[in-house]
Amino acid sequence: MNIAIASGKGGTGKTTLSTNLAHYLAGTGRQVVLTDLDVEEPNSKLFLTGEVVETRREVRMVPTWNKEACQLCGACQTTCNFHAIVKIGTEIMIFPEMCHGCYACSELCRAHALPMEAVEIGTMTVMKTENFDFIESRLDIGQEQAVPLISKSIALVDSRYDTEVIRLFDSPPGTACPVIEVSKQMDFIILVTEPTPFGLHDLKLAVETMRHVGTPFAVVINRDGIGNADVEDYCREEHIDILARIPNDRKIAEVYSSGGLAYIGHERMTQALELVSEHIRGLEVRA
Amino acid sequence: MKEIVVISGKGGTGKTSITASFGVLGAGNTVIADCDVDASDLHMLMNPQNTREEDFTSGAVAVIDQDACVHCGRCSRVCRFDAIPYIDDRYEVIPLDCEGCGYCAKICPALAIKMVDQVVGRVFYSDAKTGAPMVHARLHIGAENSGKLVAKVKREAKAVAMEKGYDYVLVDGSPGIGCPVVSSLTGADVVVLVTEPTVSGLHDLKRVHQLVRRFQIPTACIINKADLNSEMTQELKTYLEANDILHLFDIPYDEDFTKCMVEGKTVVEIPGSRYHEIFEQGWRLLI
Ligand code: SF4
Ligand code: SF4
Repeated sequence: MNIAIASGKGGTGKTTLSTNLAHYLAGTGRQVVLTDLDVEEPNSKLFLTGEVVETRREVRMVPTWNKEACQLCGACQTTCNFHAIVKIGTEIMIFPEMCHGCYACSELCRAHALPMEAVEIGTMTVMKTENFDFIESRLDIGQEQAVPLISKSIALVDSRYDTEVIRLFDSPPGTACPVIEVSKQMDFIILVTEPTPFGLHDLKLAVETMRHVGTPFAVVINRDGIGNADVEDYCREEHIDILARIPNDRKIAEVYSSGGLAYIGHERMTQALELVSEHIRGLEVRA
Repeated sequence: MKEIVVISGKGGTGKTSITASFGVLGAGNTVIADCDVDASDLHMLMNPQNTREEDFTSGAVAVIDQDACVHCGRCSRVCRFDAIPYIDDRYEVIPLDCEGCGYCAKICPALAIKMVDQVVGRVFYSDAKTGAPMVHARLHIGAENSGKLVAKVKREAKAVAMEKGYDYVLVDGSPGIGCPVVSSLTGADVVVLVTEPTVSGLHDLKRVHQLVRRFQIPTACIINKADLNSEMTQELKTYLEANDILHLFDIPYDEDFTKCMVEGKTVVEIPGSRYHEIFEQGWRLLI
Protein backbone atom coordinates (compact mmCIF):
# COMPACT_ATOMS: atom_id res chain seq x y z
CA MET A 1 0.00 0.00 0.00
CA ASN A 2 1.32 3.43 -1.05
CA ILE A 3 0.50 6.19 1.43
CA ALA A 4 1.71 9.76 1.05
CA ILE A 5 1.89 12.35 3.79
CA ALA A 6 1.24 15.69 2.13
CA SER A 7 0.21 19.27 2.86
CA GLY A 8 -0.85 22.37 0.96
CA LYS A 9 2.27 24.13 2.15
CA GLY A 10 5.46 23.19 3.93
CA GLY A 11 6.14 23.41 7.63
CA THR A 12 2.84 21.99 8.84
CA GLY A 13 4.33 18.82 10.29
CA LYS A 14 4.61 16.57 7.26
CA THR A 15 8.08 15.34 8.14
CA THR A 16 7.21 15.00 11.83
CA LEU A 17 4.28 12.76 10.98
CA SER A 18 6.17 10.75 8.35
CA THR A 19 9.16 9.91 10.51
CA ASN A 20 7.24 9.30 13.72
CA LEU A 21 4.59 7.22 11.97
CA ALA A 22 7.18 5.08 10.17
CA HIS A 23 8.99 4.41 13.44
CA TYR A 24 5.75 3.72 15.27
CA LEU A 25 4.39 1.32 12.64
CA ALA A 26 7.68 -0.55 12.48
CA GLY A 27 7.52 -0.82 16.28
CA THR A 28 4.21 -2.64 15.97
CA GLY A 29 5.93 -5.29 13.88
CA ARG A 30 5.01 -4.02 10.46
CA GLN A 31 7.39 -3.93 7.53
CA VAL A 32 7.77 -0.29 6.58
CA VAL A 33 9.66 1.73 4.00
CA LEU A 34 9.63 5.52 4.19
CA THR A 35 10.66 7.52 1.13
CA ASP A 36 11.37 11.24 1.31
CA LEU A 37 10.07 12.71 -1.93
CA ASP A 38 10.36 16.31 -0.79
CA VAL A 39 13.33 16.34 -3.15
CA GLU A 40 13.93 20.07 -2.98
CA GLU A 41 14.19 20.10 0.80
CA PRO A 42 14.56 16.51 2.03
CA ASN A 43 14.47 16.57 5.83
CA SER A 44 13.39 13.15 7.03
CA LYS A 45 16.93 11.82 7.19
CA LEU A 46 17.78 14.36 9.86
CA PHE A 47 15.49 12.45 12.20
CA LEU A 48 16.79 8.99 11.43
CA THR A 49 20.02 7.15 11.97
CA GLY A 50 21.04 4.01 10.19
CA GLU A 51 23.36 2.39 7.78
CA VAL A 52 23.47 3.42 4.15
CA VAL A 53 23.12 0.30 2.02
CA GLU A 54 23.05 1.89 -1.40
CA THR A 55 23.43 5.26 -3.08
CA ARG A 56 22.79 5.96 -6.68
CA ARG A 57 23.03 9.02 -8.84
CA GLU A 58 19.97 9.61 -10.94
CA VAL A 59 19.95 11.05 -14.41
CA ARG A 60 17.58 12.45 -16.94
CA MET A 61 18.01 12.76 -20.68
CA VAL A 62 18.66 16.04 -22.50
CA PRO A 63 19.90 16.73 -26.03
CA THR A 64 23.50 17.63 -26.82
CA TRP A 65 24.65 19.32 -29.97
CA ASN A 66 26.88 17.57 -32.46
CA LYS A 67 28.37 20.50 -34.33
CA GLU A 68 29.91 18.43 -37.12
CA ALA A 69 26.65 16.71 -38.04
CA CYS A 70 24.47 19.81 -37.72
CA GLN A 71 23.22 21.42 -40.94
CA LEU A 72 21.97 24.51 -39.12
CA CYS A 73 18.43 24.15 -40.43
CA GLY A 74 17.09 25.50 -37.14
CA ALA A 75 14.20 23.02 -37.04
CA CYS A 76 14.98 22.08 -33.44
CA GLN A 77 14.36 25.63 -32.30
CA THR A 78 10.82 25.55 -33.64
CA THR A 79 10.30 21.97 -32.48
CA CYS A 80 10.98 22.66 -28.83
CA ASN A 81 7.87 23.97 -27.08
CA PHE A 82 9.90 24.95 -24.04
CA HIS A 83 12.40 27.29 -25.71
CA ALA A 84 15.21 25.05 -24.55
CA ILE A 85 16.99 25.23 -27.90
CA VAL A 86 17.99 28.43 -29.62
CA LYS A 87 19.87 28.95 -32.85
CA ILE A 88 22.18 31.93 -32.61
CA GLY A 89 24.10 32.55 -35.82
CA THR A 90 25.97 29.35 -36.53
CA GLU A 91 25.60 27.97 -33.01
CA ILE A 92 22.86 25.85 -31.48
CA MET A 93 22.48 26.60 -27.79
CA ILE A 94 20.78 24.17 -25.44
CA PHE A 95 19.38 25.18 -22.04
CA PRO A 96 19.14 21.88 -20.15
CA GLU A 97 17.24 23.40 -17.19
CA MET A 98 14.37 24.25 -19.52
CA CYS A 99 14.33 20.89 -21.31
CA HIS A 100 11.54 18.48 -20.44
CA GLY A 101 13.20 15.50 -22.10
CA CYS A 102 10.51 14.84 -24.69
CA TYR A 103 13.05 13.68 -27.34
CA ALA A 104 11.22 15.59 -30.09
CA CYS A 105 14.19 17.70 -31.18
CA SER A 106 16.50 14.71 -31.11
CA GLU A 107 14.32 12.26 -32.98
CA LEU A 108 13.04 14.79 -35.50
CA CYS A 109 16.49 16.19 -36.33
CA ARG A 110 17.21 15.06 -39.89
CA ALA A 111 20.95 15.34 -39.43
CA HIS A 112 20.87 13.31 -36.19
CA ALA A 113 22.82 16.14 -34.64
CA LEU A 114 21.06 16.17 -31.26
CA PRO A 115 21.77 12.89 -29.50
CA MET A 116 20.18 12.58 -26.05
CA GLU A 117 22.60 12.30 -23.20
CA ALA A 118 22.23 11.69 -19.51
CA VAL A 119 22.72 14.55 -17.05
CA GLU A 120 22.80 13.97 -13.34
CA ILE A 121 19.92 15.45 -11.37
CA GLY A 122 20.11 14.04 -7.88
CA THR A 123 20.94 11.25 -5.50
CA MET A 124 18.89 8.44 -4.05
CA THR A 125 20.11 6.94 -0.82
CA VAL A 126 18.75 3.70 0.64
CA MET A 127 19.20 3.33 4.38
CA LYS A 128 18.39 0.67 6.95
CA THR A 129 17.33 2.37 10.16
CA GLU A 130 16.80 0.57 13.43
CA ASN A 131 13.48 -0.91 12.35
CA PHE A 132 12.50 0.22 8.88
CA ASP A 133 13.95 1.07 5.49
CA PHE A 134 14.39 4.65 4.44
CA ILE A 135 14.99 6.11 0.99
CA GLU A 136 16.01 9.67 0.47
CA SER A 137 15.67 11.38 -2.86
CA ARG A 138 17.64 14.61 -3.11
CA LEU A 139 17.65 17.06 -6.00
CA ASP A 140 21.00 18.65 -6.89
CA ILE A 141 21.20 22.40 -6.30
CA GLY A 142 20.72 24.12 -9.62
CA GLN A 143 18.33 21.46 -10.91
CA GLU A 144 14.96 23.08 -11.30
CA GLN A 145 12.72 20.14 -12.12
CA ALA A 146 11.67 17.83 -9.34
CA VAL A 147 9.32 15.56 -11.26
CA PRO A 148 11.83 13.31 -13.08
CA LEU A 149 13.58 12.46 -9.81
CA ILE A 150 10.28 11.85 -8.02
CA SER A 151 9.05 9.38 -10.60
CA LYS A 152 12.35 7.50 -10.53
CA SER A 153 12.18 7.25 -6.75
CA ILE A 154 8.67 5.82 -6.75
CA ALA A 155 9.75 3.33 -9.41
CA LEU A 156 12.65 2.28 -7.20
CA VAL A 157 10.31 1.60 -4.29
CA ASP A 158 8.01 -0.36 -6.59
CA SER A 159 10.85 -2.57 -7.74
CA ARG A 160 12.35 -3.20 -4.30
CA TYR A 161 9.36 -3.75 -2.02
CA ASP A 162 6.32 -5.93 -2.41
CA THR A 163 2.84 -4.66 -1.77
CA GLU A 164 2.47 -6.01 1.77
CA VAL A 165 5.09 -3.56 2.95
CA ILE A 166 3.63 -0.27 4.15
CA ARG A 167 5.20 2.25 1.83
CA LEU A 168 5.08 5.75 3.26
CA PHE A 169 6.05 8.76 1.19
CA ASP A 170 6.92 12.21 2.53
CA SER A 171 5.39 14.21 -0.32
CA PRO A 172 6.60 17.58 -1.61
CA PRO A 173 4.36 20.44 -0.42
CA GLY A 174 2.08 22.54 -2.58
CA THR A 175 -0.35 21.84 -5.38
CA ALA A 176 1.88 21.98 -8.45
CA CYS A 177 3.35 19.29 -10.68
CA PRO A 178 5.59 17.55 -8.08
CA VAL A 179 2.61 16.84 -5.80
CA ILE A 180 0.49 15.62 -8.68
CA GLU A 181 3.27 13.27 -9.73
CA VAL A 182 3.28 11.73 -6.25
CA SER A 183 -0.48 11.71 -5.70
CA LYS A 184 -1.21 9.90 -8.96
CA GLN A 185 0.63 6.85 -7.70
CA MET A 186 -0.76 6.64 -4.17
CA ASP A 187 -3.51 4.50 -2.68
CA PHE A 188 -4.15 6.97 0.08
CA ILE A 189 -3.05 10.44 1.15
CA ILE A 190 -2.81 11.91 4.62
CA LEU A 191 -3.06 15.70 4.54
CA VAL A 192 -1.40 17.40 7.47
CA THR A 193 -2.64 20.84 8.45
CA GLU A 194 -2.66 23.34 11.29
CA PRO A 195 -5.91 24.76 12.67
CA THR A 196 -5.09 28.33 11.60
CA PRO A 197 -6.29 30.58 8.77
CA PHE A 198 -3.15 29.79 6.72
CA GLY A 199 -3.60 26.11 7.51
CA LEU A 200 -7.21 26.13 6.39
CA HIS A 201 -6.47 28.06 3.22
CA ASP A 202 -3.69 25.66 2.24
CA LEU A 203 -5.74 22.63 3.24
CA LYS A 204 -8.50 23.71 0.88
CA LEU A 205 -5.98 23.85 -1.96
CA ALA A 206 -4.64 20.43 -1.02
CA VAL A 207 -8.16 18.97 -0.90
CA GLU A 208 -8.88 20.45 -4.32
CA THR A 209 -5.67 18.87 -5.60
CA MET A 210 -6.53 15.42 -4.23
CA ARG A 211 -10.04 15.60 -5.63
CA HIS A 212 -8.58 16.60 -8.98
CA VAL A 213 -6.26 13.59 -9.01
CA GLY A 214 -8.91 11.34 -7.48
CA THR A 215 -6.83 9.76 -4.74
CA PRO A 216 -8.70 9.11 -1.46
CA PHE A 217 -7.48 11.19 1.47
CA ALA A 218 -8.07 12.20 5.08
CA VAL A 219 -6.71 14.86 7.42
CA VAL A 220 -4.43 14.90 10.45
CA ILE A 221 -4.48 18.12 12.45
CA ASN A 222 -1.11 19.17 13.82
CA ARG A 223 -0.68 21.65 16.67
CA ASP A 224 -4.26 20.98 17.70
CA GLY A 225 -5.45 23.66 20.12
CA ILE A 226 -3.71 26.63 18.54
CA GLY A 227 -5.70 28.90 16.23
CA ASN A 228 -9.43 28.31 15.82
CA ALA A 229 -12.06 25.70 14.93
CA ASP A 230 -12.42 26.60 11.25
CA VAL A 231 -10.47 23.57 10.01
CA GLU A 232 -12.70 21.23 12.01
CA ASP A 233 -15.82 22.95 10.68
CA TYR A 234 -14.56 22.80 7.14
CA CYS A 235 -13.78 19.08 7.37
CA ARG A 236 -17.22 18.38 8.79
CA GLU A 237 -18.96 20.31 6.02
CA GLU A 238 -16.88 18.61 3.36
CA HIS A 239 -17.24 15.14 4.91
CA ILE A 240 -13.51 14.74 5.25
CA ASP A 241 -12.29 12.35 7.93
CA ILE A 242 -9.99 13.72 10.59
CA LEU A 243 -7.84 10.74 11.49
CA ALA A 244 -6.04 12.21 14.45
CA ARG A 245 -5.00 15.36 16.26
CA ILE A 246 -1.42 15.99 17.34
CA PRO A 247 -1.50 18.42 20.26
CA ASN A 248 0.09 21.87 20.20
CA ASP A 249 2.92 21.37 22.61
CA ARG A 250 6.16 23.28 22.79
CA LYS A 251 7.85 20.05 23.91
CA ILE A 252 7.11 18.40 20.56
CA ALA A 253 8.61 21.44 18.82
CA GLU A 254 11.70 21.19 21.03
CA VAL A 255 12.29 17.50 20.36
CA TYR A 256 11.76 18.17 16.66
CA SER A 257 14.24 21.04 16.75
CA SER A 258 17.08 18.77 17.76
CA GLY A 259 16.13 15.97 15.38
CA GLY A 260 14.36 13.60 17.76
CA LEU A 261 11.23 11.50 17.32
CA ALA A 262 8.71 13.36 19.44
CA TYR A 263 6.15 10.58 19.96
CA ILE A 264 8.51 8.51 22.08
CA GLY A 265 7.39 9.06 25.66
CA HIS A 266 4.65 11.44 24.57
CA GLU A 267 1.33 9.84 25.36
CA ARG A 268 -1.04 12.02 23.37
CA MET A 269 1.13 11.97 20.30
CA THR A 270 1.43 8.18 20.51
CA GLN A 271 -2.35 7.97 20.70
CA ALA A 272 -2.59 10.07 17.55
CA LEU A 273 -0.25 7.69 15.71
CA GLU A 274 -2.27 4.75 16.96
CA LEU A 275 -5.37 6.23 15.37
CA VAL A 276 -3.58 6.76 12.07
CA SER A 277 -2.23 3.24 12.14
CA GLU A 278 -5.69 1.83 12.83
CA HIS A 279 -6.98 3.65 9.81
CA ILE A 280 -4.20 2.21 7.67
CA ARG A 281 -5.11 -1.27 8.87
CA GLY A 282 -8.71 -0.63 7.85
CA LEU A 283 -7.57 0.45 4.39
CA GLU A 284 -5.53 -2.71 4.03
CA VAL A 285 -8.45 -4.92 5.00
CA ARG A 286 -10.67 -3.23 2.45
CA ALA A 287 -8.03 -3.41 -0.30
CA MET B 1 13.69 51.03 -7.14
CA LYS B 2 14.82 48.31 -4.81
CA GLU B 3 13.51 44.78 -4.71
CA ILE B 4 13.53 42.94 -1.37
CA VAL B 5 12.78 39.22 -1.52
CA VAL B 6 11.88 37.14 1.53
CA ILE B 7 12.40 33.39 1.20
CA SER B 8 12.78 30.50 3.59
CA GLY B 9 13.68 27.21 1.90
CA LYS B 10 11.69 25.36 4.52
CA GLY B 11 7.99 26.09 4.91
CA GLY B 12 6.30 27.09 8.13
CA THR B 13 9.08 29.32 9.43
CA GLY B 14 6.85 32.39 9.58
CA LYS B 15 8.03 33.88 6.29
CA THR B 16 4.63 35.23 5.34
CA SER B 17 3.85 36.76 8.75
CA ILE B 18 7.25 38.46 8.68
CA THR B 19 6.83 39.71 5.11
CA ALA B 20 3.41 41.10 6.01
CA SER B 21 4.87 42.94 9.02
CA PHE B 22 7.45 44.61 6.78
CA GLY B 23 4.69 45.33 4.31
CA VAL B 24 2.70 47.17 6.97
CA LEU B 25 5.73 49.19 8.09
CA GLY B 26 6.73 50.02 4.52
CA ALA B 27 3.25 51.12 3.44
CA GLY B 28 3.45 54.40 1.59
CA ASN B 29 6.44 53.58 -0.58
CA THR B 30 6.34 49.79 -1.01
CA VAL B 31 4.53 47.59 -3.51
CA ILE B 32 3.80 44.09 -2.22
CA ALA B 33 4.17 41.01 -4.40
CA ASP B 34 3.19 37.52 -3.29
CA CYS B 35 5.28 35.07 -5.29
CA ASP B 36 4.40 32.06 -3.19
CA VAL B 37 1.95 31.23 -5.96
CA ASP B 38 1.57 27.60 -4.91
CA ALA B 39 0.21 28.46 -1.48
CA SER B 40 -0.29 32.20 -1.38
CA ASP B 41 -1.27 33.26 2.12
CA LEU B 42 -0.13 36.86 2.29
CA HIS B 43 -3.50 38.22 1.21
CA MET B 44 -5.02 36.90 4.43
CA LEU B 45 -2.92 39.38 6.39
CA MET B 46 -3.02 42.24 3.87
CA ASN B 47 -6.75 42.10 3.09
CA PRO B 48 -6.51 43.38 -0.49
CA GLN B 49 -9.42 45.40 -1.90
CA ASN B 50 -10.56 46.77 -5.27
CA THR B 51 -9.21 43.77 -7.01
CA ARG B 52 -8.79 43.54 -10.74
CA GLU B 53 -7.89 40.05 -11.96
CA GLU B 54 -6.86 38.28 -15.10
CA ASP B 55 -6.11 34.78 -16.36
CA PHE B 56 -2.57 33.58 -16.74
CA THR B 57 -2.03 31.38 -19.76
CA SER B 58 0.99 29.18 -20.24
CA GLY B 59 1.88 25.79 -21.59
CA ALA B 60 -0.38 23.62 -23.65
CA VAL B 61 -2.06 20.26 -23.62
CA ALA B 62 -2.64 17.86 -26.52
CA VAL B 63 -6.19 17.27 -27.74
CA ILE B 64 -7.00 14.52 -30.25
CA ASP B 65 -9.77 14.97 -32.78
CA GLN B 66 -11.22 11.47 -32.62
CA ASP B 67 -12.98 11.83 -35.99
CA ALA B 68 -9.72 12.59 -37.75
CA CYS B 69 -7.64 9.95 -35.96
CA VAL B 70 -6.63 6.96 -38.12
CA HIS B 71 -5.48 4.84 -35.15
CA CYS B 72 -1.89 4.48 -36.26
CA GLY B 73 -0.70 4.80 -32.65
CA ARG B 74 2.37 6.87 -33.46
CA CYS B 75 1.54 9.56 -30.91
CA SER B 76 1.31 6.98 -28.19
CA ARG B 77 4.71 5.53 -29.14
CA VAL B 78 6.60 8.83 -29.24
CA CYS B 79 5.14 10.19 -26.02
CA ARG B 80 7.86 9.96 -23.36
CA PHE B 81 5.33 10.72 -20.64
CA ASP B 82 2.95 7.83 -21.37
CA ALA B 83 0.19 10.37 -21.68
CA ILE B 84 -1.58 8.79 -24.69
CA PRO B 85 -2.76 5.26 -23.83
CA TYR B 86 -5.06 3.18 -26.00
CA ILE B 87 -8.29 2.82 -24.05
CA ASP B 88 -11.62 1.48 -25.31
CA ASP B 89 -10.49 1.46 -28.94
CA ARG B 90 -9.26 5.03 -28.92
CA TYR B 91 -6.09 6.97 -28.34
CA GLU B 92 -6.82 9.29 -25.48
CA VAL B 93 -4.70 12.06 -23.94
CA ILE B 94 -4.50 12.03 -20.14
CA PRO B 95 -4.24 15.77 -19.44
CA LEU B 96 -2.59 15.21 -16.04
CA ASP B 97 0.26 13.32 -17.69
CA CYS B 98 0.66 15.54 -20.74
CA GLU B 99 3.77 17.76 -20.53
CA GLY B 100 2.74 19.90 -23.46
CA CYS B 101 5.82 19.15 -25.56
CA GLY B 102 3.77 18.84 -28.74
CA TYR B 103 5.80 15.95 -30.17
CA CYS B 104 2.60 13.98 -30.92
CA ALA B 105 1.01 16.92 -32.74
CA LYS B 106 4.10 17.28 -34.92
CA ILE B 107 4.21 13.68 -36.09
CA CYS B 108 0.51 12.78 -36.34
CA PRO B 109 0.06 11.82 -40.03
CA ALA B 110 -3.66 12.65 -39.86
CA LEU B 111 -3.03 16.08 -38.29
CA ALA B 112 -5.52 15.02 -35.65
CA ILE B 113 -3.77 16.55 -32.65
CA LYS B 114 -4.00 20.17 -31.62
CA MET B 115 -2.04 21.79 -28.79
CA VAL B 116 -4.45 23.89 -26.79
CA ASP B 117 -3.28 26.71 -24.51
CA GLN B 118 -4.01 26.23 -20.85
CA VAL B 119 -5.17 28.78 -18.32
CA VAL B 120 -2.87 27.81 -15.45
CA GLY B 121 -3.49 30.57 -12.99
CA ARG B 122 -4.96 33.92 -12.12
CA VAL B 123 -3.24 37.21 -11.30
CA PHE B 124 -4.78 39.74 -8.91
CA TYR B 125 -4.03 43.47 -8.71
CA SER B 126 -5.31 45.26 -5.65
CA ASP B 127 -4.75 47.67 -2.79
CA ALA B 128 -3.71 46.16 0.52
CA LYS B 129 -5.44 47.28 3.71
CA THR B 130 -2.57 49.73 4.22
CA GLY B 131 -3.30 51.34 0.88
CA ALA B 132 -0.16 49.85 -0.65
CA PRO B 133 -0.54 48.33 -4.09
CA MET B 134 -0.36 44.54 -4.10
CA VAL B 135 0.02 41.92 -6.80
CA HIS B 136 -0.64 38.27 -6.06
CA ALA B 137 -1.51 35.17 -7.98
CA ARG B 138 -2.97 31.76 -7.74
CA LEU B 139 -1.67 28.79 -9.65
CA HIS B 140 -4.40 26.37 -10.62
CA ILE B 141 -4.22 22.85 -9.30
CA GLY B 142 -1.55 20.72 -10.87
CA ALA B 143 -0.42 23.47 -13.16
CA GLU B 144 3.12 23.72 -14.37
CA ASN B 145 5.20 26.77 -14.94
CA SER B 146 4.85 28.28 -11.51
CA GLY B 147 8.26 29.82 -12.27
CA LYS B 148 6.68 31.75 -15.11
CA LEU B 149 3.81 32.91 -12.93
CA VAL B 150 6.30 34.08 -10.29
CA ALA B 151 8.17 36.04 -12.96
CA LYS B 152 4.88 37.56 -14.09
CA VAL B 153 3.89 38.67 -10.58
CA LYS B 154 7.28 40.29 -10.06
CA ARG B 155 7.19 42.01 -13.43
CA GLU B 156 3.72 43.41 -12.74
CA ALA B 157 4.66 44.58 -9.23
CA LYS B 158 7.68 46.40 -10.63
CA ALA B 159 5.55 48.00 -13.31
CA VAL B 160 3.13 49.25 -10.64
CA ALA B 161 6.03 50.62 -8.57
CA MET B 162 7.44 52.39 -11.63
CA GLU B 163 4.12 53.86 -12.59
CA LYS B 164 3.21 55.10 -9.13
CA GLY B 165 6.71 56.18 -8.16
CA TYR B 166 7.16 53.70 -5.28
CA ASP B 167 10.67 53.03 -4.00
CA TYR B 168 10.44 49.40 -2.98
CA VAL B 169 9.00 46.09 -4.08
CA LEU B 170 8.62 43.60 -1.24
CA VAL B 171 8.37 40.01 -2.42
CA ASP B 172 7.05 37.03 -0.47
CA GLY B 173 9.13 34.40 -2.26
CA SER B 174 8.52 30.76 -3.07
CA PRO B 175 9.73 27.78 -1.04
CA GLY B 176 12.20 25.12 -2.14
CA ILE B 177 15.15 25.38 -4.51
CA GLY B 178 13.38 24.70 -7.81
CA CYS B 179 12.18 26.89 -10.64
CA PRO B 180 9.78 29.12 -8.65
CA VAL B 181 12.44 30.20 -6.17
CA VAL B 182 14.95 30.79 -8.95
CA SER B 183 12.37 33.12 -10.53
CA SER B 184 11.77 34.75 -7.15
CA LEU B 185 15.48 35.53 -6.77
CA THR B 186 16.08 36.78 -10.29
CA GLY B 187 16.44 40.55 -10.19
CA ALA B 188 16.37 40.85 -6.39
CA ASP B 189 18.50 43.55 -4.68
CA VAL B 190 18.32 42.12 -1.16
CA VAL B 191 17.36 38.66 0.03
CA VAL B 192 15.98 37.95 3.49
CA LEU B 193 16.17 34.35 4.65
CA VAL B 194 13.74 33.32 7.37
CA THR B 195 14.75 30.27 9.34
CA GLU B 196 14.18 28.50 12.64
CA PRO B 197 16.60 26.78 15.04
CA THR B 198 15.73 23.20 14.12
CA VAL B 199 17.83 20.59 12.36
CA SER B 200 15.64 20.97 9.31
CA GLY B 201 15.72 24.77 9.53
CA LEU B 202 19.52 24.77 9.42
CA HIS B 203 19.63 22.11 6.70
CA ASP B 204 17.22 24.00 4.44
CA LEU B 205 18.90 27.32 5.13
CA LYS B 206 22.21 25.93 3.91
CA ARG B 207 20.62 24.43 0.86
CA VAL B 208 18.73 27.52 -0.19
CA HIS B 209 21.75 29.69 0.57
CA GLN B 210 23.85 27.65 -1.84
CA LEU B 211 21.38 28.73 -4.46
CA VAL B 212 21.21 32.36 -3.28
CA ARG B 213 25.00 32.58 -3.37
CA ARG B 214 24.94 32.06 -7.11
CA PHE B 215 22.99 35.28 -7.50
CA GLN B 216 25.53 37.28 -5.45
CA ILE B 217 22.86 39.37 -3.77
CA PRO B 218 23.34 40.92 -0.29
CA THR B 219 21.66 38.55 2.14
CA ALA B 220 20.15 38.95 5.59
CA CYS B 221 18.59 36.42 7.92
CA ILE B 222 15.89 36.39 10.59
CA ILE B 223 15.83 33.56 13.11
CA ASN B 224 12.28 32.83 14.19
CA LYS B 225 11.46 30.87 17.38
CA ALA B 226 15.06 31.58 18.39
CA ASP B 227 14.58 30.45 22.00
CA LEU B 228 13.23 27.04 20.99
CA ASN B 229 16.69 25.53 20.88
CA SER B 230 19.59 27.74 21.91
CA GLU B 231 22.23 25.32 20.64
CA MET B 232 20.72 25.27 17.17
CA THR B 233 20.35 29.05 17.25
CA GLN B 234 24.05 29.29 18.00
CA GLU B 235 24.82 26.99 15.10
CA LEU B 236 22.70 29.12 12.81
CA LYS B 237 24.52 32.25 13.92
CA THR B 238 27.90 30.64 13.30
CA TYR B 239 26.77 29.73 9.82
CA LEU B 240 25.52 33.26 9.14
CA GLU B 241 28.80 34.79 10.28
CA ALA B 242 30.91 32.38 8.26
CA ASN B 243 28.90 33.16 5.16
CA ASP B 244 28.64 36.93 5.41
CA ILE B 245 24.94 36.91 6.00
CA LEU B 246 23.65 39.83 8.02
CA HIS B 247 21.85 38.57 11.11
CA LEU B 248 18.92 40.97 11.10
CA PHE B 249 17.15 39.97 14.34
CA ASP B 250 15.68 37.13 16.37
CA ILE B 251 12.04 36.43 17.14
CA PRO B 252 11.14 34.25 20.14
CA TYR B 253 8.80 31.25 20.04
CA ASP B 254 5.56 33.15 20.49
CA GLU B 255 2.03 31.98 19.85
CA ASP B 256 0.97 35.62 19.51
CA PHE B 257 1.92 35.32 15.84
CA THR B 258 -0.74 32.67 15.38
CA LYS B 259 -3.26 34.68 17.42
CA CYS B 260 -2.66 37.69 15.19
CA MET B 261 -3.01 35.49 12.12
CA VAL B 262 -6.42 34.32 13.31
CA GLU B 263 -7.45 37.98 13.42
CA GLY B 264 -5.96 38.67 10.00
CA LYS B 265 -3.35 40.97 11.50
CA THR B 266 0.40 41.30 11.73
CA VAL B 267 2.16 41.61 15.09
CA VAL B 268 3.32 45.14 14.35
CA GLU B 269 -0.27 46.30 14.24
CA ILE B 270 -0.89 45.39 17.88
CA PRO B 271 -0.69 48.61 19.90
CA GLY B 272 2.33 48.62 22.17
CA SER B 273 3.78 45.46 20.63
CA ARG B 274 7.43 44.86 21.37
CA TYR B 275 7.86 43.69 17.80
CA HIS B 276 7.15 47.10 16.33
CA GLU B 277 10.57 48.44 17.22
CA ILE B 278 12.40 45.27 16.16
CA PHE B 279 10.78 45.12 12.74
CA GLU B 280 11.12 48.86 12.23
CA GLN B 281 14.87 48.67 12.81
CA GLY B 282 15.17 45.61 10.61
CA TRP B 283 13.25 47.24 7.81
CA ARG B 284 15.49 50.31 7.96
CA LEU B 285 18.53 48.10 7.58
CA LEU B 286 17.03 46.39 4.55
CA ILE B 287 16.01 49.45 2.56
S1 SF4 C 1 14.01 17.05 -25.67
FE1 SF4 C 1 12.06 18.17 -25.97
S2 SF4 C 1 12.08 19.67 -24.33
FE2 SF4 C 1 14.18 18.92 -24.49
S3 SF4 C 1 15.17 20.38 -25.86
FE3 SF4 C 1 14.41 18.70 -27.15
S4 SF4 C 1 12.38 19.41 -27.83
FE4 SF4 C 1 12.96 20.71 -26.09
S1 SF4 D 1 -0.74 9.86 -34.34
FE1 SF4 D 1 -2.66 10.86 -34.93
S2 SF4 D 1 -3.69 9.35 -36.19
FE2 SF4 D 1 -2.10 8.23 -35.13
S3 SF4 D 1 -3.14 7.47 -33.29
FE3 SF4 D 1 -2.24 9.41 -32.70
S4 SF4 D 1 -3.86 10.93 -33.07
FE4 SF4 D 1 -4.47 9.06 -34.13
